[in-house]
Amino acid sequence: MAEVRLDAVRKVYAGNVEAVKGVTFDVPDGHFCVLVGPSGCGKSTLLRMIAGLETVTAGIITIGGQVVNEIEPSERDIAMVFQNYALYPHMNVYNNLAYGLRNRRTPKDEIDQRVREAARILEIEQLLQRRPRELSGGQRQRVAMGRAIVRKPKAFLFDEPLSNLDAKLRVSMRVEIKKLQRSLGTTSIYVTHDQLEAMTLADMLVVMNAGNVEQIGLPLEVYEKPASAFVASFIGAPPMNLMKVDAAQAAAMIEGAAIGIPAGGAILGVRPEDLALSLDGSQPNGGFKLDLTVAAVERVGPETFVYGNVLDGADIIVRLPGQDAPATGARVTAVARREKLHRFTADGSRRLDG
Amino acid sequence: MQKRAVFNHRFLPFVLLAPQIAITVIFFYWPAFQALWQSFLLQDAFGLSTDFVWFENYVYLFSDPIYYEVIWTTLVFSALVAIISLSSGLLLASMADKPLRAAGVYRTLLIWPYAVAPAVAGVLWLFMLHPSLGMVARGIKALGFSWNPLLDGTDAMTMVVLAAAWKQISYNFLFFLAGLAAIPRSVIEAAAIDGARSTRRFWTIVFPLLTPTAFFLLVVNIVYAFFDTFGVIDAMTQGGPAQATTTLVYKVYADGRLGGDLGGSAAQSVILMMIVIALTSIQFRYIERKVNY
Repeated sequence: MAEVRLDAVRKVYAGNVEAVKGVTFDVPDGHFCVLVGPSGCGKSTLLRMIAGLETVTAGIITIGGQVVNEIEPSERDIAMVFQNYALYPHMNVYNNLAYGLRNRRTPKDEIDQRVREAARILEIEQLLQRRPRELSGGQRQRVAMGRAIVRKPKAFLFDEPLSNLDAKLRVSMRVEIKKLQRSLGTTSIYVTHDQLEAMTLADMLVVMNAGNVEQIGLPLEVYEKPASAFVASFIGAPPMNLMKVDAAQAAAMIEGAAIGIPAGGAILGVRPEDLALSLDGSQPNGGFKLDLTVAAVERVGPETFVYGNVLDGADIIVRLPGQDAPATGARVTAVARREKLHRFTADGSRRLDG
Repeated sequence: MQKRAVFNHRFLPFVLLAPQIAITVIFFYWPAFQALWQSFLLQDAFGLSTDFVWFENYVYLFSDPIYYEVIWTTLVFSALVAIISLSSGLLLASMADKPLRAAGVYRTLLIWPYAVAPAVAGVLWLFMLHPSLGMVARGIKALGFSWNPLLDGTDAMTMVVLAAAWKQISYNFLFFLAGLAAIPRSVIEAAAIDGARSTRRFWTIVFPLLTPTAFFLLVVNIVYAFFDTFGVIDAMTQGGPAQATTTLVYKVYADGRLGGDLGGSAAQSVILMMIVIALTSIQFRYIERKVNY
């Protein structure tokens, strides 16, 4: 149990490649922090620095008040779940779980008791004598989790632990990880590129891009008020519609009082789920409107995605409940309430408010 | 996918196989058969008469206390060569496995000794360790140790073991390096996070995962020490002093070529042949058995 603090942490690889560009945030004790971002954004590097598997080029990492920059991974008292599980292939499940405890010279009967308890929690008691190669992917995942919880470490680190599982198992394991973390109350840092995993697991979401932190916040806060155009397009599926506009174009799209657009233009964003279609061009919602030609329709059952082209070629996605949708080629008007609009600076780096 | 090759002509496969079969028969089966046949014969010193004596050569061999000494010498020699070359190979491989500057150069240089012919290796080491010429020998003497591999059996054994082991280190290094590369990095990292420091990681994770490689190399090294070290021994000590470095293979040569006892020599080579067959079958059986993880 401990808080994890990062202060201006940087990682520069040989050849002057800067993977992490000065990241600062605190994960309070017992929180579930999810680092999310596209591949190559530096999130795994950051996690590996916290684990001690990568050296820290600059900055300070503390775990439970102790600066760990120069401390070996074996002395950091953290546990990590790897993407490929990294189980010890020559040991059975029992020994896989017991290995970390033996390294810490835990008494034998305590090891036994803790291994059995972890196995009970994860429902792998009947697998204790098996070798990793005799287990399915989901079972290996559980053993990897067990290896982490059996040690009762200061923090759990997860490196995309669910990405090797099939979709169905991924959802159920996701729920279990959340439940487990709640009941153990151990500080956790979880890396993923899956925004759905990030939204559902986190009580602290850190969105990263190109080595920088773009936004830190509660998942819904990040969804409601993305701090940059990147966050807006990364969080939420399908992604937010973003349009580069100047003041005149904005005025044409928005009824009523003019919306503030700086001289250099801005990026206007609206989520697919905040859009509705108006077949006759009227605007029951008021505010934003945009004329579209329907290019494609995807019906997935509970909802339907309409892909529309605007005159200048930009693609807009509209998410409609149910299965009713206009035919391909139809001219429709997409409408949204004014308060559902997001504005970002023209380079997308910052959110504009007010 | 069809794995079996299909030939249009009936005899083409046989023609293609013929060179390989011819070489095997002429250079392996025929001499082996000759040795087997000769081991039942006794020839007089001038080669004028030959008698068929059944197992007399074998009986004589196994009632000769010198033969048991040579077996013992061979076991000691092989064990030392295997232990030294395996442990050095493993040590160098685990050091070369780390991310190093110029790792490629380091690895390439470590492989070079394998390309040196056994006799040349023997001469090189003799040059270093020769009691009157050798630089290293001078150093050893300067430290106050007595050193004379030309007269002292233990010194001579040390010398041939060093030369023979040195040549084999490259081979072991290469296989251990490949074995180390096959261990997933995340498994090592998981062990590090699980609280194991590097020495403990090596003995609890890395070494157990290398045992298939190590076992394979053990067999290869024993075969090497038994049979392929003839050149080293012949170049350095000719089996001396007082047969202190005469191994089974060297005795075959010494008794047959130098001593003129073709029957006895043939009997010895038949015994060696059986040892090779035994070792090879152990190795094959082991390789056949799929590694269990």
